[in-house]
Amino acid sequence: MAAVETGKAKTPLWRDAKARGLAYQVLLCLLIAFFAWAAISNAVENLARAKIASGFGFWDNTAGFDISQTLIPYSTTSTYGRAFWVGLLNTLLVAGFGIVFATILGFLIGIARLSRNWLVARLAGFYVETIRNLPLLLQLLFWYNAVLKTLPPLHESLAIPGGGFLNNRGLFLPQPVLLSGADWTFVALAMGVAAAVGVRIWAGRRRARTGTPLPAFWVLLALVMVPPLAAFALSGFPVTFNFPESGRFNIRGGIEVLPEFMALLFGLVIYTAAFIAEVVRAGILAVAKGQTEAAYSLGLKPGPTLRLVVVPQAMRVIVPPLTSQYLNLTKNSSLAVAIGYPDLVQIFAGTVLNQTGQAVEVIAITMAVYLAISLVTSGLMNLYNRHVALVER
Amino acid sequence: MKSVMVRIALAATLGAATFAVTASATSAQTLETVKARGTINCGANGTLAGFGLPDGQGRWTGLDVDFCRALAAAIFNDPNKVKFVPLTAKDRFTALQSGEIDVLARNTTWTSSRDTALGLNFAAVNYYDGQGFMVRKSLKLNSALELNDAAVCVQQGTTTELNLADYFRTNKMKLKTVTFATADEAVKAYDAGRCDAYTTDASALAGERLRLAQADDHAVLPEIISKEPLAPAVRHGDDQWFDIVKWTHFAMVNAEELGITKANVDDQMKSDNPDVKRLLGTEGKFGEAFGLTNDWAYRIVKHVGNYGEVFERNVGQGSPLKIARGLNALWNKGGLQFAPPVR
Repeated sequence: MAAVETGKAKTPLWRDAKARGLAYQVLLCLLIAFFAWAAISNAVENLARAKIASGFGFWDNTAGFDISQTLIPYSTTSTYGRAFWVGLLNTLLVAGFGIVFATILGFLIGIARLSRNWLVARLAGFYVETIRNLPLLLQLLFWYNAVLKTLPPLHESLAIPGGGFLNNRGLFLPQPVLLSGADWTFVALAMGVAAAVGVRIWAGRRRARTGTPLPAFWVLLALVMVPPLAAFALSGFPVTFNFPESGRFNIRGGIEVLPEFMALLFGLVIYTAAFIAEVVRAGILAVAKGQTEAAYSLGLKPGPTLRLVVVPQAMRVIVPPLTSQYLNLTKNSSLAVAIGYPDLVQIFAGTVLNQTGQAVEVIAITMAVYLAISLVTSGLMNLYNRHVALVER
Repeated sequence: MKSVMVRIALAATLGAATFAVTASATSAQTLETVKARGTINCGANGTLAGFGLPDGQGRWTGLDVDFCRALAAAIFNDPNKVKFVPLTAKDRFTALQSGEIDVLARNTTWTSSRDTALGLNFAAVNYYDGQGFMVRKSLKLNSALELNDAAVCVQQGTTTELNLADYFRTNKMKLKTVTFATADEAVKAYDAGRCDAYTTDASALAGERLRLAQADDHAVLPEIISKEPLAPAVRHGDDQWFDIVKWTHFAMVNAEELGITKANVDDQMKSDNPDVKRLLGTEGKFGEAFGLTNDWAYRIVKHVGNYGEVFERNVGQGSPLKIARGLNALWNKGGLQFAPPVR
């Protein structure tokens, strides 16, 4: 460096740390690019030599197999492309429900573990330590067998009040079918939600200005619930139910929840909740005790202290690891293949791959889809994280 | 800087390893590779009684297993120079395409798309099969046509899955398929009452039924809804290896037809019958044309037996399955097993 400063002799390029670092990085990039190119061209060449079909032409071919749960119309004459969407939606369905329930259960367990009640805290601790230390696949197989073995066979179905059935073929519920006139209910619901949002903002401003809180929760609930219910009643209850009916082998009609779905959802929720509980506990413990004491000294009761002081600060610690738990849950849903739930991996990377034999294309698509789901999830969570993050003023 | 160097070195080694693997995968010289390695990598079932199943001592048995042993006998004069790789229905083709195995003998149905688009060559049908249904006797069913609206458990990645959908569609019946990755899971779910019926190849139904908790409560329906020619397969692009695999089966069938058995093969070496002499290599140089020794077929029969012996031992009267020869009898005994002549 001294040489540079005096300007007498320039440092040779190979001894300049910056230039050398740059050179190494360029070299590394070139190497990686070369390996990627070599791997791809090698694969293409080998596929061609073995005369294995390649490309994405299979997408529009007839699939020819049946799928047990389809959220969009699908039949055995549909295409592989259609089967892909069916599988993707099934994955998103179980992941979506899984995330919601795992969050609720995880927060409850996490808070319970910090409870001053000895028994509650120990039970929550026992739950966390047991569940998160057992392999998920094992747990899924356990739940699947537990679901199948405990539920009665078809002809001894448990009747659920209101016209539903529960047996080892699944849970069957009446499906509401909306008639004309039901639109008013949705209009009323939309108006109610808009009004509730307005009141919420107004109440917040008023509290900031005068310090008087409004019993906001009940007011908001009434605003959201009452108008649609009133509209529903005024338009003469425009709904009818499609009741499940017992046939010779199976129950047809109504909403059908597969035992595979129940077992997978159960397994994923229980497993992920154990991790979320630890994340929540860590988040709450990360809030300095002085914050609680300060809130108490201002006269806040324990409930509002938790809600207004502790949780908002804990969220900053909780959200980033919570995001990874959501991603884990989504990725773990691919274990569905073991218990016969028709998710993306089972349908697309399983049956479609096997029938078309196009492993490279099918696996590439499947990985791209999981990557996309994960990136979207983590993008949304990052947005939320920015919202709760510490704003320095 | 040091860490960068380490990383480059690591990347280079990893890359080289990847190359080594992919390069060997597509070698057209399977026979040379196998000889150099000293064992055949044989893709087998692993969970199917009668076709491919390791016993309590870890010794593999089955019709397809014996096929690979025959191949090893022909090449190495030692039926034990086989490494069995257990594969699920779903993974089997990828394993063969990628070169993880040299031959796939895993009760695999020969179809046109597998023969073409999947890049496989099917050697010869070593078991003629068809798809059937197993149901509970308590349902009092006489025919698969009464299965309208039934839930059916099935293994994924099989022709079974497609035949099932076709059969129900053709007969205008409603179907609920519950698909599992392995036959084990599918059978377990059927046993637990998740499905009304379990469907797979008829030969496998016989074996799976014996594994149920109460085998006598279940029956196999009379309908056979498909043609399932089960055949060992190899990759495209190596004609020599394809020929060897193909003729391993033909040698066993020809041996049965000529009355050559494991017990009498040494006596048959002195036979004057020209067909026997050509097969056992006491006349002509037919083995060398394959890249093997001239006594290749002798080795197969000596170590493994002829097709009839292998059949009876694994799935026929000498096994718990007690499957009749049926379509798998020799052509001159009312069956379909017909091998081209060695000459």
